[in-house]
Amino acid sequence: MEGIKKLTSKRLFMPLFCLAIMMVVAVIASPDFFKITVQNGVLYGRVIDVINRGSEVVILAVGMTIVVAASAGTDISVGALMAVVAAVTCAFVAGGQQSVNEYVNNPILGVLLGILVGILCGCFNGFLVAKMKIQPMVATLILFTAGRGIAQLLTNGQITYVRVESFKKLGSSLPGVPIPTSVFITIFVVVLTLFVLKKTALGMYVESVGINPTASRLVGLNSTLIIFGAYAFSGLCASIAGLINCSRIYSADANNIGLNLELDAILAVALGGNSLGGGKFSLIGSVIGAYTIQALTTTLYAVSVSADQIPVYKAIVVIIIVSLQSPELGKWIRSAKAKKAARAGKGGIA
Amino acid sequence: MNKKIVALLSVAAVASTMAVNVSAEEDLITVGYAQVGAESDWRTANTESFKSTFTEENGYKLIFDDAQQKQENQIKAIRNFIQQDVDYIVVAPVVETGWETVLQEAKDAGIPVILSDRMMDVADDSLYTCWVGGNFVKEGETCANWLVDKFGDEEEVNVVTIQGTIGASAQIGRTEGVDNVLKDHANFKILDQQSGEFTQAKGQEVMESFLKSYDDIDVVICENDNEAFGAIDAIKAAGKTCGPEGDICVVSFDSVKAAFEAMIAGDLNATFECNPLHGPRVAEIIQKLEAGEEVDKIQYVDEGAFDTTMDLEAILAERLY
Repeated sequence: MEGIKKLTSKRLFMPLFCLAIMMVVAVIASPDFFKITVQNGVLYGRVIDVINRGSEVVILAVGMTIVVAASAGTDISVGALMAVVAAVTCAFVAGGQQSVNEYVNNPILGVLLGILVGILCGCFNGFLVAKMKIQPMVATLILFTAGRGIAQLLTNGQITYVRVESFKKLGSSLPGVPIPTSVFITIFVVVLTLFVLKKTALGMYVESVGINPTASRLVGLNSTLIIFGAYAFSGLCASIAGLINCSRIYSADANNIGLNLELDAILAVALGGNSLGGGKFSLIGSVIGAYTIQALTTTLYAVSVSADQIPVYKAIVVIIIVSLQSPELGKWIRSAKAKKAARAGKGGIA
Repeated sequence: MNKKIVALLSVAAVASTMAVNVSAEEDLITVGYAQVGAESDWRTANTESFKSTFTEENGYKLIFDDAQQKQENQIKAIRNFIQQDVDYIVVAPVVETGWETVLQEAKDAGIPVILSDRMMDVADDSLYTCWVGGNFVKEGETCANWLVDKFGDEEEVNVVTIQGTIGASAQIGRTEGVDNVLKDHANFKILDQQSGEFTQAKGQEVMESFLKSYDDIDVVICENDNEAFGAIDAIKAAGKTCGPEGDICVVSFDSVKAAFEAMIAGDLNATFECNPLHGPRVAEIIQKLEAGEEVDKIQYVDEGAFDTTMDLEAILAERLY
């Protein structure tokens, strides 16, 4: 009993529990959910789909977690930033043409340019939030609205195709490697971020700034710089996610790349048991949250729920998960239990 | 002294150009076009068709608005057109519902509204003048008839459909058209239908899932070309083949240039046209309205079907979109 209590009180218990339930439901609904085979030299199965397709949301959620923790606000521009980065890279690589069959400009330079633009956009958000003290949602609303417009301008309102095999590698897999490339990138981003946060005091700085920026400044932390850095980092994450998504369809589709993904990223942070009010955070929680969302999408495809009903199922699952994690519900259950115990006690005496 | 003369001259110059502009604009018919966005090559061709038809040489002034797939942007655009007092408003609605208020505003301002491509679901159809577009149901039927011809009396043909954005006219019409024909052919079995939201990325994701759920897919119907490109990638990634020589028959709608390239490459079996060149037809209607004539409420544009038996290279060379 003590052991169970200890386990359930762990921070990551709830997010993991929800992911586990999701998986159980998936297996009941589609028995071959965990079946993994090798097709064409690449691992093939629904679990692989979840891990592969979930990459973008996981990477966005990593950036979003830091933003939420440091600034008690959300960066709603990440979806649009993905489109901007894809547009910059494709427009550069294709030399402004609508469809190319070979690189016009160096692709590595294109990718670096895309990442640079992504980070600059993140810095712009960071400047508005940290320096100008504009509310995060309002500040990032600017690029949320303008981002896709910028992407449209860069691609002349067309979908820019780069039909070159090597351009598709980020979103598919490298020859001879059975695991999708995006999985490696995701692991790299998550592990590197965890490493920096845990091995340096940066993680603690972020939490402390998130809990009380003024007090943190008084003890000698540069709150402004840390918040600024969080947004710049979120911009970097958005660029990586944008490049993966762009490589999957070897094109820059300004209207659809990253559409609504900022909401999935925020949801992932919340499902990971993190408070959107800033302060203490769990990066792994957000990662688990992101995979839970993708597992849900993949499961709904697998059980062939009709397309117009999918949002309803998603909403129901989210409501259940969020209320399971709500402290109020926990309190309510505990008090109900206590009442029952008290009543039983009274009955015993009489 | 010199300065004064320069100033006077420049004022005169500005005034005279303004006068010229005003008189030129009075002769032009102003048309506001609230476009959906640029989600596909088809949409781009549609936009181009309007831009090349409604030129100043042809006597029009086109105010173009890109709504980036959002209804609220389109409503804003229509309100702007009303404020600018344009002569005609053309709308390609993102979704079917929720247009009554803004259409009433246009009607009150006395500006005729012409719908392009997608239909609006309004109780009072006097709110718009007419609708120009493809016949999606007929496209779906053409597609299904082509499949019936191809597979004939084969014992069991397993079909999956990657639908468009649920609720869009093209999705509703094409799904209905395909069903109309296939329901009379018991050998055709629709295994599953999912939405690929008219995008390549979602088309790919949905096809990935279909391939895992069913081992014996014979036909994939994609409700636009972009979804088909994604589906083809997914089929190849799963180690299967598609196209006329392959395991799975892939058909799609819209017929953009890239679809012809996919057919020439042997990946796509057939594509059913949804003609985006609405510009000339809308111009025709506006000319009729200017002359005070009545116009038909529903006007279809001509549409074709293409498969790999045709001389695709020759068709592609002549194609505008």
